[in-house]
Formats: sequence, C-alpha cells, structure tokens
Amino acid sequence: MMMAATLLSFLLPLAGAIVLGFSGGRLGPRASAAIGVGSVGLAALATAWALLTFSGDSQGFTLWTWVSVGEFQPTMGVVVDRLSLVMMSIITGVGFLIHLFAVWYMVGDAGITRFYAWMNLFVFSMLVLVLADNLLLLFLGWEGVGLCSYGLIGYYYQNEANGRAAFKAFIVTRTGDVFLALGLFLIFVELGTLDIGLVLEQAPRVWAEGSVTANLAALLVLGGALGKSAQVPLHTWLPDAMAGPTPVSALIHAATMVTAGVYLIARLNGLFLLAPDVMWLVGIIGALSLLLAAFAALAQTDIKRVLAYSTMSQIGYMFLALGVGAFDAAIFHLMTHAFFKALLFLSAGAVIISCHHEQDLSRLGGLWRKLPVAYAGFLAGGASLVALPLVTAGFFSKDEILWQAMASGHYGLFAAGLTGAVLTGLYTVRLILGIFHGQPRSDHARHPRPGTSPLRHHLPLAILAVLSTFVGAWLYPGLEVVFPPRPDDATNAGHTLFQFLATGAVLAGLALAGWLFLARRRWLDAKVGRGLGARLWILFNRAWGFDALFDRTLVRPWQTLVRVLRFDFINLGMNLPAVIARLCNAGLVRSQDGQLRTYAKVMVFGATVILVGLVMTQGGGA
Amino acid sequence: MILFWLILIPFLGGMLCWHSERWGEQAPRWIALATMLFVLAVSVVLWAGGDFSAYGTGERPWLLEWRVPWIPRFGIEIHLALDGLSLILIALTGFLGALAVLCSWKEIVERVGFFHLNLLFVLGGVVGVFLALDLLLFFLFWEVMLVPMYFLIALWGHSGSPGQTRIRAATRFFIYTQASGLLMLVAILALVFVHYTSSGEITFSYDALLNADVPDNLSFWIMLGFFIAFAVKLPVVPFHGWLPDAHAQAPTAGSVDLAGILLKTAAYGMLRFAIPLFPEQSQAFAPVAMALGVVGIIYGAVLACGQQDIKRLIAYASISHMGFVLIAVYSGSELAIQGAIVLMVAHAFSSAALFILSGQLFERIHTRDMRRMGGLWGRIPVLPGVTLFFLAASLGMPATANFLGEFMVLFGTFRSAPVVVVIASAGLVLGAIYSLLMMQRVHFGREQQPGLLAGPDVREYGMMLALIGLTLAVGLNPQPLLDTTASMVRPVADLFMAGPVRAGGMN
Repeated sequence: MMMAATLLSFLLPLAGAIVLGFSGGRLGPRASAAIGVGSVGLAALATAWALLTFSGDSQGFTLWTWVSVGEFQPTMGVVVDRLSLVMMSIITGVGFLIHLFAVWYMVGDAGITRFYAWMNLFVFSMLVLVLADNLLLLFLGWEGVGLCSYGLIGYYYQNEANGRAAFKAFIVTRTGDVFLALGLFLIFVELGTLDIGLVLEQAPRVWAEGSVTANLAALLVLGGALGKSAQVPLHTWLPDAMAGPTPVSALIHAATMVTAGVYLIARLNGLFLLAPDVMWLVGIIGALSLLLAAFAALAQTDIKRVLAYSTMSQIGYMFLALGVGAFDAAIFHLMTHAFFKALLFLSAGAVIISCHHEQDLSRLGGLWRKLPVAYAGFLAGGASLVALPLVTAGFFSKDEILWQAMASGHYGLFAAGLTGAVLTGLYTVRLILGIFHGQPRSDHARHPRPGTSPLRHHLPLAILAVLSTFVGAWLYPGLEVVFPPRPDDATNAGHTLFQFLATGAVLAGLALAGWLFLARRRWLDAKVGRGLGARLWILFNRAWGFDALFDRTLVRPWQTLVRVLRFDFINLGMNLPAVIARLCNAGLVRSQDGQLRTYAKVMVFGATVILVGLVMTQGGGA
Repeated sequence: MILFWLILIPFLGGMLCWHSERWGEQAPRWIALATMLFVLAVSVVLWAGGDFSAYGTGERPWLLEWRVPWIPRFGIEIHLALDGLSLILIALTGFLGALAVLCSWKEIVERVGFFHLNLLFVLGGVVGVFLALDLLLFFLFWEVMLVPMYFLIALWGHSGSPGQTRIRAATRFFIYTQASGLLMLVAILALVFVHYTSSGEITFSYDALLNADVPDNLSFWIMLGFFIAFAVKLPVVPFHGWLPDAHAQAPTAGSVDLAGILLKTAAYGMLRFAIPLFPEQSQAFAPVAMALGVVGIIYGAVLACGQQDIKRLIAYASISHMGFVLIAVYSGSELAIQGAIVLMVAHAFSSAALFILSGQLFERIHTRDMRRMGGLWGRIPVLPGVTLFFLAASLGMPATANFLGEFMVLFGTFRSAPVVVVIASAGLVLGAIYSLLMMQRVHFGREQQPGLLAGPDVREYGMMLALIGLTLAVGLNPQPLLDTTASMVRPVADLFMAGPVRAGGMN
C-alpha cells in the first residue's frame, strides 16, 4: 500500500510534466494550470497516504535494474524511510501550496504551460532525488532538478540577463556536480556498490575513520552539496537565480532544491562520520556562508535578493548543524525553513505582482495597510526567520542547531551562529520596514492592486503562515532513529545558560534593528552614504566580491582561451604538408617559364654539375 | 547469405534510385527509404531471434558467418560475420540511414536520384565495414564509404564564407581519410607479409592473423598504422581537421551519417581489429591513447565554445564526445567499453538530432550563424524544446543515453586510470557550457525579427519523437543493448586483463 502511494507521489508529477510538455500549445491556460496544480496536489495526497500507512521501518522497492555490467548494478529503486518521508512531505506539501499560489501569480502569462511543465518535472526530479535507493539514481534526480532550475530561471527568456543567470546557475552547480560524480566513482571503485544502504554498511568496514580515502570521498560529495546548496564558494549563482518567477524562487531556490545538499550529507551521514576533518570543514563552510550571506543580505535593495542571501544564510545554519553531527537538527531546520522561506517568497511575490512588478526596496514602502495579507505573511515568516522565541517554528529548529553546536564543544561555530542570529534580525527588520512602512516611494507602491482570490492567494499564504508558527515545529517527527546519536546525548550541562544566550541574541538583534532603522534612520543613511560606511555598503552589496573574483580568475581567462583557440591551432599544424607541397609547387613552376634560354641555361648548368661531379668522384676513386 | 544481401541491398537500392529518377522526383526518396528500412528490419529481426549469451571466441563466436573464396591465390576471401556489436551498429546504420533520407526530403531538390545513390552507397559501405572480417575486404569497404561521401559534400553541400567552400571541405575530407586509408593498407600488407614469412601462408583472414607471430620491433609500428587510420576517422585530436569543415559544408543527410555512423566505424575498427590483433602493443600504447582522448575531450569542448556556426559547434562537440569513446576503448574495462558502445549509440541519436534540427532551422531562417539568431523560442513552436532536450542529452543529463554512456566510461576507467577520469570529468562542465551557450544564442534572448515561423510538420515531428524515444529508452533501460554486445566486449576487455598488469594508467 505504502509503496503504491510512494510510486504515485512521483509518477503523477511526471505524468503532468509529460502531458504539459508534449501538449505543443494545444492546452489553454486554465487546463495547464489545472493539470500542473492537480498533479502535485494528488502527489501531496499520495504522500499523506504513504505517511498514514508507513510502518516505521524503511521499505524498498525496485522497479527494474538500470544497468548490470559486472559489479556495476544500479537499479531504478526507491526506498522510503522517515527521512525521505519528511522530504517528500515538504516537497509535495509546500510544493502544492506554491503551485496553487502560482496560478494567481502567473495569471495572464503566455508561457503558463511551459511553466507548469517545468515545475511538475522539478517536483518529480526532487522526489526521485530523495527516494533513490542508490547514488546513480539520486544523481539522476540531482541533475534533473538542476535542469528544471535552469529552465525556470530563464523562464522570461526574452531578457538576455535572465538567460545569463540561468546559464550561470547551471554551470556553477554543474561544477559542484562533477565533484559529486567523482565521489561516486571513488565510492564505487572502493566499495563496489552504489546502493546507499550498502555504501553506509560497507564504508566503516573498508575505510578506517579519518583515512585519506574516506576523507576524499566525503570531500568530493561535499563539493556537490556546496554547489547545489549555494554555500561558499559555489554560492554565486543563487542571488542571480532570482531572475525566475517568484514561485520558482520559493519552491526551488528556497524550500527544496537548495536544501538537496543538506539532504545528501544527512543521507550519507555514515560516510561523513568516517571523515572528521571533512565534517569540521562542513561546519566551517556553514558558519562562513551564514555570516557572509547575512552581511550581504543587509545591503541589498532587491527584495528577492535579500531573501536569496537569507536562504543561503539559513542553509549555512543547516551545514553548521551537519558539521557538528547534529543531522536531526539540520533536517528540522530544513523543514521549518521550507515553511517560512516559502511563505516569505510567496508574500514577496504577492507584493511584486500587486505593485506592478516592482521589487526594488527603494521604490516600495508604506504598503502595510493596502496589502494586509502579504504584510501578515511577511510578519509571520519574518518572525520565524529571526527565530522569535517560543511562538515560531524557526525558533525551535535554530535553537536546536545552536544548542547542538554548543553541546558538541564547537564554541566558534556556536558564536558564529549567535552572530548570525543578530544579523538575521537586522536584515529582516530592514526588509519588512522597507516594504511596508514609511512613505510609498513610487507610483507603483502608491497604487497597488492587492490579491483578492481567497483560494489561490490567501489560502497558500495562510497555511504557510500557520506552519511558520510553533505549529510547524510540532509537525516534525524527529529522526533520531535514522541518524547516529546527537552531540548532546551525553550532556545537558549549560542548557539554561544557552537558552538565555540564544534568546538574548535574537532580542538584541531585533532591538538593534528597531533602534537603527526607526530611531537612528537619518544617522544610518548618512553613515552609509560616505566614507567607510559607503565602502562597507558596496562590499556587502556585492557580497564580498566573489563574482568579481571568479570573473577575473576564471571567466575571463576562459574567454581568452576560447578566443585564442577558436582558429584551431592544432589543425593549422596539420596543414603543414599542404603548405610544403604548395611551396614546392611554386618553386618548380618557376622553372617552367617557357623560355628557351632558361632551359638552355639550366641544361648547361646541370650538365656541368654532373660532369664536375663525375670528375670529382673519378678523381676520388683514383 | 543474408549478410551478403545486407550489404548488397543498399548498393542495388542506390542504383535503382538513380534510375528511378525518370519515374518522378519522389521515387528515389521512397526507394531509398524502403531500402534503409529493409536493412533496419533485417537487423531487428536478427536481433530479436539471436542468442547473444554465448561467451565469444569459444565454439560459436559469430551469430552468422558467410565465407567464400575471392582471390584464393592471395588467401583473400569474402568473409562476412556478424556478432552483437556489428548487429547493433548495422541497426543503427539502417535507422540513421532512414533518417538521412527523411531529413533531405525537402532539402535536396537537384539530382535527387544521384544523391540517393551516393547516400545509399555510403551506407552500403558502412554495413560492409561492420561485417567484413577479411582484412582486404574490410579495407575495400573502408574506401567505398569515402568516395560517395566526397560527392555528397561536394555536390549538395553548402558553401560558407569565401575560402570555406564545399569543394574545399570535400577535398580535405578526402585527403585526410585517403591518407589514413593508405596507412591502414600498408599496415595490413605488412601484417600479412610478416605472417607469410613466419608461417609460409599468405592470407588476409582475421582468424589466421589474430594468431600471427609478429616480431616486437615491427608489431608496434603496424599497430600504430591501424591506430592512426582509425584515429583520423574517430577523429582524435590532432587528426580532426577534416571534421568541422566536412560537417559545416555537408548537407544535413551527410552530417547525420558522418556523425551518426561514419565516426563509429573508427571505434568499431579499434575494437575489432586494432586491439585484438595487437593486444600487448595496444596495452602499452593505452596511456598515450587515453591521453589523446582526454586532450580531445577538452580541446573539442573549448573549440565548440568558440564557434559561431551551429554545425561547427556540434562537430567540435562530437570530437569531445569521441574522446570519451577513445578512453574507454583503451581502458581495458568491460564496463567502460560497454559504456563506449552506449555512448556511440547515444551520440548517434543526439548528434543526428542536432544536425537535423539545425537543418530544419536553416530551412526556416536561412542561416547557420548564431550571431544572427536569438529569441527563436517564441517564434518557432516545438523545435526549441526539442533542441533543449538534445542539448541536455549532449551535456550528459541523466535519463538520456548519453549520460549513461559517459558515466559508464568514467566508472569503468576510474579503477585503472583515475587521473584520466578526473581530467575527463572537466569535460562534463565544458559540455554544459557549449550546449547551453548554443541554447542561449539561438533560442533565448530578444527576437531578432518579428513573426512566427512554421512549426514542424508530421515528418519532422516523427523523426524527433523517434529520436527522443530512443534516447530515453537506451538511457533508462540499456540492458537489452548491453546483453547483445557483452559477448563481444568481454573478450576484448580480457585481452587487456591477460597481459602484464598496467600500473595506474597515466600517472
């Protein structure tokens, strides 16, 4: 029963994608939307069914053997356990709400069929990613979501910049994927299998903890995770990816695809536990990403870019949790983040459409009365994002991460997390104040058209808003049985102190934000306008200059290489025989000038040479 | 006897096409189509009824065999034999041949009969190459492929910029392949004479020469002769110069056959002749071959990124993909060689599709220069989506056959030559770059001109659906194909295993 439900959950979106993809423009916008939303809605129901019939033990199901050559026997097989069920619920549940909202968001758009085809294909690929029982099938889903992301970022294809953003996203994540692929090669050669269960079983037998190969394998897998999850240094694609329609940002670039890296590491936890050095690196990268992104989020003017950096920052928290071995906490935060970040993006989408595609903070403002639903969405999502104590889902999950970091003795990571909490408060308050308070700063903001549809506009926002509160945290089943023991299992010392610290950091951040943006607004603007403040603004605005760095060290040398090689020098070398032949030809042609005197001269000269030669050799012989 | 007919039918069909011109313009097309479908049908029937489980080189190495003496004095026979690999490649020839006929349905309007004669002669030659076991016969068919191809490019090709005429491209193609063919002939003769001096028997028979006792100093050079002959055709950098020109200037059908089938004869030749005839020398040479493969992958991809002409881009991409095949062939791993076969089939589908698509694009906007394209996504129905599918296949998107082929190659080679695999993997990123660059330049961006262009008609739709279906089918369930070729691949892989152990490939 449960397997049937699981199969339905990913085959339905696939069917939707196929129908939409091959319709060739014969479907109207209403039919396309109905198929697109309906298939994911049914998939969500199927997931619910699978949840209800889940027995508690992981269950596998093999459709067919993909390839069988010697030891290489990846299958088309799925396995369902608690972890994949949590992921499935997020993907189909949040995915359905986003699909529903997109009906409102995309209304009147000519490419709606294409939009839903890609979205359905994405849901399918993402489900394959989390359900795959072997790494090659996981890689299928992994690349599939990347392709869908490409197609959706470049959805508004007429604009060159969007195409470039899509291109960049694909290439940067693909770079990470190549590391993942190399990791798979290594794992297969060393362990002789790609089955995830067997890999986790074999790895400790074949590799000693901390051995070079284990570290290398984990490092390569990490490379893939960094690309997909937009962590330093492969993060530069995510802000640009906001070129896609906002529901896409909500689904792919906030709730699901970008967390695939977190899922991957959590899934392969046994492999990473064998590589403590790489675990440490995971935590460091997480901390680094969360801080860099939080600072960058402070200095963005595009509301979607603020949210993009915020996403990167929150995924940084998840990586931090993975790094200290708190896999459970990472997935917990993955889930609550999916709720509140989807809510924030959809609310942002509501603002953007209502304000005639205006998404620049400096041209919004004063909207809270006119767009109450979106405002409520932002408040609920924002509160959860800053982890407002006790009432929000984000509080419980982030609290868990920070506590595990402290309990495991990683005080540096813990401190980074606390700093990040303060910064989160700052940029969130800045964002909400910028959109909804103060004076409207453009005509678009003065005359918004609020969304009125209760089903397509209000309902998804309302459900996600409820899930962003403590209700969302209750839904988390706890995955202790799936994962190795948590760092805090041994100790509970300092928990009270920790709670004071964490709550204090959040409240301090909010207080600081309130003080800066409300009381000292003019002072702040003046500071940012010139001198050190301006320089910091530019630094944060450009997100620490990673783009410029990569542009200079990678993109431009590459372009030069392409330009230089365009004429195929190796091939020119192969033309050498032709050149020699032509030179000989030119020389010999000159000897045939048709003039008797030349021929006579040459003849006499030749005869002389031969005679002299004969005489010389004769002389030599004698 | 059926093997003989497999070869003869395309030639007879070709003659018939030429003469049928007087019955109407459509007649040669239908005859050519029927001929290729016949070849396809015969191979499918053989495949369906064949038993490929036999482990090769044993009692019954060939599924079908046919031998009659030809020039007994020199030990030359008409010796044809069919095993799993030749069968797959002949089926592919039939299928792509039919596609080549279909895609020239509207493109070729002059000398239709003679065009199809040449087309079918090329394909007949290819079938001959895949079946011939006698070395001289093999050489004969190798040359037979060449001449009609020259005419296809020279007579029905497109001339690009000044200095890039179709005649020039055809001549270049001819000289490259002719020179390499000469090298192969020399190598074959040398092998035969060496065998003659040691055994006193003159023969061109494959079985006899397999066991020829060749002195070490000579064998390496003979092996090299075979290798270079095949390397030109594959093509391996630095012998690739003919390919981009030939592709760019050839008519669509010519490009389809070139990329889809003719390049595959090279890999087939390596697997059938170069390696089994000289296992130890090949093994010693493997690091060089693999290095050339890696160079081809990277170099082809870099150059593909720099092209303005769609067909040149696809041509350089082919060079890059064939690099993977070369690595696999010399890896000595069963998994990798099987991957190479999957990749050959996959590349045949995807590059044929991309060439057909660029032909269809050319029929609509009359240019192949990507600088003059852009924004076509909104102007042409269906085709841009299909293009994206095949570009995704070309960059190795999972679920397509191309992914499986490349990854099997890399998985299989990683054990013996990890360094090669690491460098080759960079090709995966570069492949994404040129593929998406093409998408970006052709279909995305602002529309250069307003106005809707015609979508695909039934013929174009059908070709694309068939190719999409096959690419996915092989990508998702390649086992029937792998089972067919397993009995051929395992002995080749074992040849490397049996020899002295190679230490870590290139490092």
